[in-house]
Amino acid sequence: MSETIPPETILEVTDLKKHFPIRRGLLRKVVGQVKAVDGVSFSIRKGETLALVGESGCGKTTAARCILRAYAPTGGAIKFKVEGREVDLAALSRSELRPLRRHIQMVFQDPYSSLNPRMVVGDIIGEPLLINGMGDAVARRKRVEELMELVQLPRAYYNRFPHAFSGGQRQRIGIARALALNPTLIVADEPVSALDVSVQAQVLNLMLDLQDQLGLTYLFVAHDLSVVKHVSDRVAVMYVGRMVELAETEALFERPLHPYTEALLSAAPTPVPGAVSNRIVLEREIADPANPPPGCAFHPRCRYAVDACRAVVPEMTEVQPGRFVACHRAAELTLAGVGAVEHVVD
Amino acid sequence: MADPILSVRGLKTQFFGPEGVVRAVDGVDFDVFEGRTLGVVGESGCGKSVTARSVLGIVDRPGRVVGGSMKLRRANGEVVDLGTLTNEQMRKYRGPEIALVFQEPMASFSQHYTIGNQIGEGIKLHMGLDDRAAKKRAIELLDMVGVPQPARRVDDYPFQLSGGLRQRVMIAMALSCDPRVLIADEPTTALDVTTQAQILDLLRTLQKDRGLAIILITHDMGVIAEMAHDVSVMYLGRAVETGSVKEIFETPKHPYTRALLRSIPTVLAKPRTRLPTIAGSIPHPFDRPKGCSYHPRCAEIIGAVCEKAEPPAVDTDDGRQVRCFLHGGMEEAKASLQGASA
Repeated sequence: MSETIPPETILEVTDLKKHFPIRRGLLRKVVGQVKAVDGVSFSIRKGETLALVGESGCGKTTAARCILRAYAPTGGAIKFKVEGREVDLAALSRSELRPLRRHIQMVFQDPYSSLNPRMVVGDIIGEPLLINGMGDAVARRKRVEELMELVQLPRAYYNRFPHAFSGGQRQRIGIARALALNPTLIVADEPVSALDVSVQAQVLNLMLDLQDQLGLTYLFVAHDLSVVKHVSDRVAVMYVGRMVELAETEALFERPLHPYTEALLSAAPTPVPGAVSNRIVLEREIADPANPPPGCAFHPRCRYAVDACRAVVPEMTEVQPGRFVACHRAAELTLAGVGAVEHVVD
Repeated sequence: MADPILSVRGLKTQFFGPEGVVRAVDGVDFDVFEGRTLGVVGESGCGKSVTARSVLGIVDRPGRVVGGSMKLRRANGEVVDLGTLTNEQMRKYRGPEIALVFQEPMASFSQHYTIGNQIGEGIKLHMGLDDRAAKKRAIELLDMVGVPQPARRVDDYPFQLSGGLRQRVMIAMALSCDPRVLIADEPTTALDVTTQAQILDLLRTLQKDRGLAIILITHDMGVIAEMAHDVSVMYLGRAVETGSVKEIFETPKHPYTRALLRSIPTVLAKPRTRLPTIAGSIPHPFDRPKGCSYHPRCAEIIGAVCEKAEPPAVDTDDGRQVRCFLHGGMEEAKASLQGASA
């Protein structure tokens, strides 16, 4: 890794680790570690959407929270370009972080629990401006109205409370609040998974439009591959604390290189009757991050596993420009993407 | 086709709250056949779960079934209207005739009893087996739904199981008294995709082996496409379109079905594409629009009719039922509207 990150990159995560201690007994002795994130590296370019996908417990949310520094990482570096310089967020103290926090904002999953029910919409959206001492009351009000227009909420709703809004409108409020300080990066953790389909489409379109309009950069954390396909430029797939594959969206869906990605794509239901014929149904369950299997964590469920997979942890390798995969057999396997029917093994 | 096992007509369930009456289910018709799956699909507040609970007679107060019939054909050919049964009588039907799989497997188990105990409870009650025989049957059931090491797992508590295993146990419990109709209310919504694939696979196998009639309630069009033979699309308490899965997906007739299908993100889409949307949002149950309840969001609204008259359920040529003036019922509605204004 070079000392400075390339010009178009705004965030570079290197070997990020977050381990949670398991404590037992009277003296709360540490008896083990849950390796929620265990050596994850990726970068985000200005103006793109990088999706972080995986199933529950894969560490995608933990990784996102480390970037927000809601968690202090156990190891690794998070280089972030801000105010014309480059800082390592992982190494900063709380007081050093405070002035930088406005540059990374978050959109939450649940629009019902993430808005203060006792504050009116205008105050919720304007709170980040107030906290950061931006302008006087008149200027703040003007900015809030501008933001409400951006997310297509009528200005007349300024003095209403969140309970008067539907899920989709609440998510618009959450997005407006995240935009208030013109952040460099927006971390959206499952922003549409609590919404009904007809509303989900509205919010996804809004996120795409805002990105085109304002040049926003998103880290989009999600479990739903069909949503990811609609919004992201690149996709990173995680499994039990590690990244298994990272590629441009189209390439990943068309021809996955990791068997886990293949299984995940195959498991996603498609709204086409009778399309289920060649589904890969994975056996057993996701490995326990407190006690992951030796070698590749996916090997007990992988139908292509060989001896090497049981013994050696595969490293992320760049197999084509911009395509990374952590699989011992990536070069020899031909895996099925979405729409493909044929399976060729060996 | 053979006679349906369960035939529901004009079902109405309402909730009587202090602020007014919510018509959660407002005239729903459907048939369920042996060995087939009826998918009931719709967004929040459409009444799909309340429909299921009405059939089982477990609507929570202040809700009550206020109209319609729910005719169940028993194994001996006798036809019973479930709506007319007392609570005491209904208990004989829950389990041996109709069983339910809930959405949230964690919230639906008692945390204080082993899974063996909880599966055995129904077996002892309905089949009159003793403790030992009930446990043996519980182990067989766990084995059938693919729980590894069933003889050991039977003594586990629900919190010791993963989400996928818990849903398997829930299915085992539902099947313990050999029901003929299984209602699955969002059975995979709380699960990861790879686990969802396992559970859907299990339901398909069980249906094939036992000829189960399944009512699958979900908001996920992908799950419907994969599992259902027949589909009923619900909106604000009404089935707006009912038909075979192929017809509904290939040639949807109701504007809501069409819009809903277009607005789903799919893995087959081109990256970074905007989705067609449905304008507005689902109305609050207290402010249900007059006329066709979908009209404020409808792109194909017929002025002066849809805002005023409720479209009747019309049978189309291909054996579908659609509630939309675009497909019939217009003349009668116009006539009655004129009659009312004259």
